[in-house]
Amino acid sequence: MTITLNSKIPAGSINDKWNTYKEDAKLVAPGNKRKFKVIVVGSGLAGASAAATMAELGYQVDVFTFHDSPRRAHSIAAQGGINAAKNYQGDGDSVHRLFYDTIKGGDFRSREANVHRLAEVSVNIIDQMVSQGVPFAREYGGMLDNRSFGGAQVSRTFYARGQTGQQLLLGAYQQLARQIGLGNVRMFNRTELVDVVTIEGRCAGIVTRDLVNGEVVSHSAHAVVMATGGYGNVFYLSTNAMACNVTAAWRAHRNGATFANPCYTQIHPTCIPQSDPTQSKLTLMSESLRNDGRVWVPQNPDETRPASQVPEAERDYILERLYPSYGNLAPRDISSRAAKRSVDSGRGVGPLKNGVYLDFSDAINRLGKDVVEERYGNLFEMYERIAGENPYDMPMRIYPASHYTMGGLWVDYELMTNIPGLYAAGEANFSDHGANRLGASALMQGLADGYFVLPYTIGNYLAPMLNKPIPGTDHPAFKAAELAAQARYQGYVDIKGTRSPDYFHREVGRIIWDYCGMERTQQGLEKALSELPALYEEFQKDLRVTGDTESMNQTLEKAGRVDDFFQLGMLMCRDALEREESCGGHFRAEYQTDEGEATRDDEKFAHVAAWEWTGDPTKSIRHKEELNFEAIHLATRSYK
Amino acid sequence: MSNHLKDLKLKIWRQSGPAAKGHFEDHIMPEISDEASFLEMLDVLNEGLIGENKLPVVFDHDCREGICGTCSLMINGQAHGPERSTATCQLHMRKFKSGDEIVIEPWRASAFPIIKDLMVDRSAFDRIIESGGFISANTGGAPDANLIPIPKSVADAAMDSAQCIGCGACVAACPNGAANLFTAAKIAHLNLLPQGQAERYKRTEAMVETMDEYFGSCTNHGECEAACPKEISIDVIALMNKDYRKSKLKNRKEISRS
Amino acid sequence: MAQAVMKRGPVSGTAVERVARKRKPFLIDLYGTAVGKKYVMAITGIGLLGFVFFHMIGNLKMYMGQSDLNQYAHFLEKLLYPILPEKAMLWIFRGGLLAMAVLHIHAAYSLTVLNKQARPVKYQSDRDYQVASFASRTMRYSGVIVLLFIIWHLLDLTFGAGAINTYVGTKDAEGLKDVYGAVAFSLERVPVAIFYVLANIALGTHLFHGVWSLFQSLGWNNPRFNKWRRAVATAFASIIVVGNVSFPIAVLAGVVG
Repeated sequence: MTITLNSKIPAGSINDKWNTYKEDAKLVAPGNKRKFKVIVVGSGLAGASAAATMAELGYQVDVFTFHDSPRRAHSIAAQGGINAAKNYQGDGDSVHRLFYDTIKGGDFRSREANVHRLAEVSVNIIDQMVSQGVPFAREYGGMLDNRSFGGAQVSRTFYARGQTGQQLLLGAYQQLARQIGLGNVRMFNRTELVDVVTIEGRCAGIVTRDLVNGEVVSHSAHAVVMATGGYGNVFYLSTNAMACNVTAAWRAHRNGATFANPCYTQIHPTCIPQSDPTQSKLTLMSESLRNDGRVWVPQNPDETRPASQVPEAERDYILERLYPSYGNLAPRDISSRAAKRSVDSGRGVGPLKNGVYLDFSDAINRLGKDVVEERYGNLFEMYERIAGENPYDMPMRIYPASHYTMGGLWVDYELMTNIPGLYAAGEANFSDHGANRLGASALMQGLADGYFVLPYTIGNYLAPMLNKPIPGTDHPAFKAAELAAQARYQGYVDIKGTRSPDYFHREVGRIIWDYCGMERTQQGLEKALSELPALYEEFQKDLRVTGDTESMNQTLEKAGRVDDFFQLGMLMCRDALEREESCGGHFRAEYQTDEGEATRDDEKFAHVAAWEWTGDPTKSIRHKEELNFEAIHLATRSYK
Repeated sequence: MSNHLKDLKLKIWRQSGPAAKGHFEDHIMPEISDEASFLEMLDVLNEGLIGENKLPVVFDHDCREGICGTCSLMINGQAHGPERSTATCQLHMRKFKSGDEIVIEPWRASAFPIIKDLMVDRSAFDRIIESGGFISANTGGAPDANLIPIPKSVADAAMDSAQCIGCGACVAACPNGAANLFTAAKIAHLNLLPQGQAERYKRTEAMVETMDEYFGSCTNHGECEAACPKEISIDVIALMNKDYRKSKLKNRKEISRS
Repeated sequence: MAQAVMKRGPVSGTAVERVARKRKPFLIDLYGTAVGKKYVMAITGIGLLGFVFFHMIGNLKMYMGQSDLNQYAHFLEKLLYPILPEKAMLWIFRGGLLAMAVLHIHAAYSLTVLNKQARPVKYQSDRDYQVASFASRTMRYSGVIVLLFIIWHLLDLTFGAGAINTYVGTKDAEGLKDVYGAVAFSLERVPVAIFYVLANIALGTHLFHGVWSLFQSLGWNNPRFNKWRRAVATAFASIIVVGNVSFPIAVLAGVVG
């Protein structure tokens, strides 16, 4: 298959593109919509909102989730908030400003037209969610409250305590539940996508595996939407949920969908560090803590005294020293790397020497314990529950961790992958955040895609297919995919080696984190690319999955997911190796200024790298989609 | 600093399928860091079971930060274990001592059939939400978000009940297997908000009656509130009861108008 | 109750049936659900609470002497006489109380059956209750004890059935029924007195949980008075228990009789 990456950006000025598109898009008449079946894979913000909206419009929608209920999707864990260019605070916000901030935050590696549309529909999201009953924080006068977030000079973030993601997901889930109750959506829970089927160049449906009884079944449809989230769990330790995986997106990739910018991963600086070798995931603490906490490590790597007894002169306040103007509020990637260097130099703190202190003693002395408690009480409680230490008495320990992936399936302006009929929405696609995502923008993008973009663009694809037959699940391609999936899962059971899938996941995660994490070098990436295939071979020979394929088998599920992480990991390293510049979350040590700032190479790399599957992840083919900046001038991000 | 617990005696419920007869299986956990979470302790156990070519213990879990509501487990007779306002995934081993016996059972209720070992099917909760736990507002055409001011106290009260994570601890802890706290939390969230008024009584009637098809009844023990990882108050149950009574009259009046 | 049987496959159209459901008359409709049954339990509970309270107050007349108590009993029989025939109003009250008791018991019984079905397989290990009080967990037992006591009490002092209380029916010096004497006759028997005391303690725990619980069941919930609910329940139950238990003690101590 020859790959053409046609972004289908509508003509006209940036302000008019989305309106122009909507005016020109082909429509499906209300009475005809029920003749179309759409499959939505994933039930997070993007999936649930897309499914609910399309069902409201009249399409027949089938939704699949591997969770027990659509309400479990990991969108639920987002804490901070959701951005929208409402300008309720009258502080000069506008669609253009949100657009500009997002492009700049993404280090000029995202597609202008998509981002502008995102900023435009952001205002509708808030209206929609409020009318659906999301209890956003209010001021005493009853109006919506806003807070400010990193990367913006206005207050445009709407929030619901520290549980904005939960409230938005439950809002979208309720809309989905309503459509399930009305009979417009068929919901398949505990069902995992195991393959994507393309027939004659268009996506014809999917193959799923019922996690409860192992049954492999085909589903055909006019269009398929992948709303399957990101791949941050490739690092093993991340802030993602345990079940987050790349399998759905990866199966689409293996069937011809290009995978864009896999090396763009975001590291969050304030997570609770790993406390023992058995740890399975990391927990994120809100970045707002850095407003009053001071980051430091002892100067002496052999320091053994408790934090409070280390004299002032023997402490190194790393961020205040390195970035005097921004200090402890230096941006995410800069702070993360500073922490990593301290730990790498042996000055890490805590029993495993794997964190840096975030110290509130100054703030407590200056403001009093009550004020600190009022500002951060719930976060301190959460920290104490997890770490077992009281942050009022001893400083918190923090360390960066992976928590979001900007890369994903390549999509055009309509959110369609390069396979006709196959769409990707939310974190699963690559389109809106470039090389770095701003805080409070993930929720915005998921809901924008699901509520306000896909329902429009999908009609444009479906309209010409009216009354034309589509291949059913009895088509040989479906049967072949079913057999392949059955063989694949039986294969894991039949290896009968000695190591569990978790063992391999930890190992692959360690390699990716060490060489393709916060800071990457050519040497390291090449090392990873030589270690990964060897480990992958060991995986294929020495995996042990106990139990069978016909009943609930969590080890088997994990084996399939780890298999795909291996292949993705190799592609990530390839992508990171070939992108010889530093931008956003992708930091190549070779490309930095004297002060340690990322140095972009707009001449050579102002493009999207979209990878084509060839059967061997180390030999994937790199395609380019050039990024044209018409409304914005490329500039260097500066934090000085 | 981290210490290690030794010789934990685990008594874990094993059941191969919904209809199978289950039994307790004894395991010894020779050593585990007190920094480990309860579920990480089970991960270690499972890794060991795979090493011995045995079937690992099946249990539901996902976000491991106390918000997705996937994890469950009855630990020593308490839903989500001994720490209050904490879901199992955030329970840490430092709450236990060396040599402790820890009994782990699945949630038990006829509405939550056991799938395997400690994993249960909580779809009945989805059925309750599907019957009315929403505000019917189709996408597009929503009025401006600030059109209807909502007093802070009302928004806060709605948020208090909207925090429910749908884990099912209330049902598990209730001596009667009732889901009143879950249902009432959702009803309170939506019925308190101005946007939820149009469907207030239709919603309440439908949700209460769907709940009735699956679950037991409330006898005001208060165990649900004590087990709830989000500390949702049983006050919401009183609100639900009041709205249910009103719904029985108001919905009739509405029908007579049509 | 629908047993949730795990079927695999898609879920859809779960809320459609309800719209078409036929409606029964209001009260029967309300009684059809567990929440409605709790309303019935709470409302009948209030009626029975009223009876228990006034019964206790009336009996305190015992401390004013034989004549006072017997006069009071006579007054009850003549309530609304001569508008109604003698004892008619008394029987109307009794009928009402009986109806309330029957409804209370029926609702309790059907909810108990429902609750048993909701957890057909018990927890196999020991439950560790956090807040459920002894009173709340023993409602059905204390209820049964109270019921048995009421039956005994009616046979003993109201109807004087056969050999249970041979004194019933005896007249006093004024020619009225000697209720005072009958009570003394009954409670002078030590086993009866002990049964009477135990039954009233059961009644007390039943009332304690019942009174606090009815606020919830009826949806009477307001931050302004919520903190008083437990206190009201405790006070009410204590007053009843202290009042009622004083009678056998007074009889055995020779204060009455």
